Amino acid sequence: MSTQNVADALSPGLKLRKNRRRVWRPLGVTGLVVLVIWILVAALAPVLAPHDPLGQQFDRFLSPSGAHWFGTDELGRDVLSRVVYGARVTIPLSLLLVVCSLVIGAVVGAAAGYYGGWLEMLVMRTADLVFAFPAIILAMAVVAALGADLTNAVLAIVVVSWPSYARVARGLVLSSRNADYVLATRLLGASGRRSLLVDVTPNVAGPILVLATLDVGNAALLLSGLSFLGLGARPPAAEWGAMVAAGASNFDKWWLGLFPGLAILTLVLAVNFLGDTLRDMLDPRTARAVIQ
Amino acid sequence: MRSRPYLRFVLVRLGALVLLAVGITLVSFILTNLVPGDPAAANLGQRALSDPAIVAAFRHQHGLDQPLPVQYWKYLTGLVQGDFGTSQRSNRPVGDELAEYVPATLELASTAVVLSVVVGVGLGMLAAMRRNSWLDQLLRVVSLAGVSMPTFWLALAAFFLLFYKWGILPGGGRLDPGLDPPPQVTGLYTVDALLAGQWDIFGNAVFHLIMPALVLAAYTVGLLTRFTRASMLEVLGNDYIRTAQAKGLPGRTIVFRHVLRPALVPILTVAGLAFGSLLSGTVLVEQIFSWNGIGQYAYQSALNLDLPAIMGVSLVVAVIYVTVNFVVDLLYGVVDPRVRLQ
Repeated sequence: MSTQNVADALSPGLKLRKNRRRVWRPLGVTGLVVLVIWILVAALAPVLAPHDPLGQQFDRFLSPSGAHWFGTDELGRDVLSRVVYGARVTIPLSLLLVVCSLVIGAVVGAAAGYYGGWLEMLVMRTADLVFAFPAIILAMAVVAALGADLTNAVLAIVVVSWPSYARVARGLVLSSRNADYVLATRLLGASGRRSLLVDVTPNVAGPILVLATLDVGNAALLLSGLSFLGLGARPPAAEWGAMVAAGASNFDKWWLGLFPGLAILTLVLAVNFLGDTLRDMLDPRTARAVIQ
Repeated sequence: MRSRPYLRFVLVRLGALVLLAVGITLVSFILTNLVPGDPAAANLGQRALSDPAIVAAFRHQHGLDQPLPVQYWKYLTGLVQGDFGTSQRSNRPVGDELAEYVPATLELASTAVVLSVVVGVGLGMLAAMRRNSWLDQLLRVVSLAGVSMPTFWLALAAFFLLFYKWGILPGGGRLDPGLDPPPQVTGLYTVDALLAGQWDIFGNAVFHLIMPALVLAAYTVGLLTRFTRASMLEVLGNDYIRTAQAKGLPGRTIVFRHVLRPALVPILTVAGLAFGSLLSGTVLVEQIFSWNGIGQYAYQSALNLDLPAIMGVSLVVAVIYVTVNFVVDLLYGVVDPRVRLQ
């Protein structure tokens, strides 16, 4: 038996992680590359788009050709240009959504886990309540009540997505609160807030970041879903979900819905490839907390 | 003696369910009342709106002129008696409308959930057993694609190809236009048709279920595949599995008898949670397949700011979701004897 085998037998966990790293990296790299491309597309949209995304022409419903690679839509607008400009809506908003939910959820959840008592009770029961609503129905109610536009859709999605961060943050804080090194700093006289910030936060940050990466995809899906229902972006804005909706009402013109849908799929897939790889690179124990 | 702790567990969970239901009514009530939208504006026409007397009558008829706590109390007392209030859009009892729409969604969602569990758990087991093979990598990409798929777009693509282009499957609705639904017992067309012995209707209903259920299941299949793989791998790392291998048990016995059962506990949790995302997905899928379910109803109510209907839908959907997860909790006891003893 070689030394390598002995080492593997003694530490199966280590071997597992090493294997995963070797095998799954390509997926993460693919995700990263596609994501960077999308971000570039969003940044360079005015340069890349061949036509004005809102410019209407007489040529309605042109199928894809050399002049209009993705065809034209029901108002004669260039679908390719609209897909390119759509990246400027979905990508920044999805990131913004996740940052907002993360900050709210993590702060509230960490405080709940650390201080316990009535605060924990209040926060976690509220989180349970939000969890009991299927996300899109709650978001729909919020948007309908506030009025259908993109800002309200974003607000609605924050309302439904902060609880998952709160849960994970609370769980992680609870498990590290009683760790020896935290007790040690407390015994040395560190205040509760100091130990929360200095000792607990670094241990919580990794899993939360992975959750956030995976959640960018969910946010993009929810946002485009709401727009698809007519509860998000308002016409004539170029937004992928709304464009798929136009494709649904003219379903025989396949190019209307195909390309914006592919845009959503590739963006979300890239983010999920990346998030999945990041999760595997984390300690398996914390990885479980992220999944739930 | 043995059943008592379990019974207590069940009762405690039931109590929590009731509290949660009250919480949900409160949240949806606050949500729908503290916001700037005006139901009168959403439901009355322009001409009616210009007449203050009609607006006042509308508000009075729906109790909107009373103080909020009174409105909420009235709603709760009505609810206890099975009265969900009256829809401001159709002027029909919300309870009746829900009874019409809920079974359609339940039929669709449960078909999709059964499909996802069978396919997802199967694929996940396959991936775990062939870990790091090309098959595992392929399944990883496929399952990630499943969870990354915009449901409404997949629905549109399926509709375009399977119905419009190839005409393999019916494009929408729960039955062909010429057919009458079976006599209502459960509201699930497949079950009702079977009860009435109408085989042709049963076949037709199943035929109509296939496409929306497949589309709806895409996300949950991906989710369950990933979870089953992770959960199986964790169990496979245990010493007793190595013992089983060492004493020469065949692979199939190990997987089904020693790995699958402990691995099922987390899988069950996810399956319960997945039901919630299925209910969300129905809103988008029903839209494309003109499936007259609760998703369509919720959408219409939300657009019209039909407050009693929104509250009714939220309540029913949340109760379904919580009940499913309650059943999942009970199933833990079946799958894992340790839970039963605690």
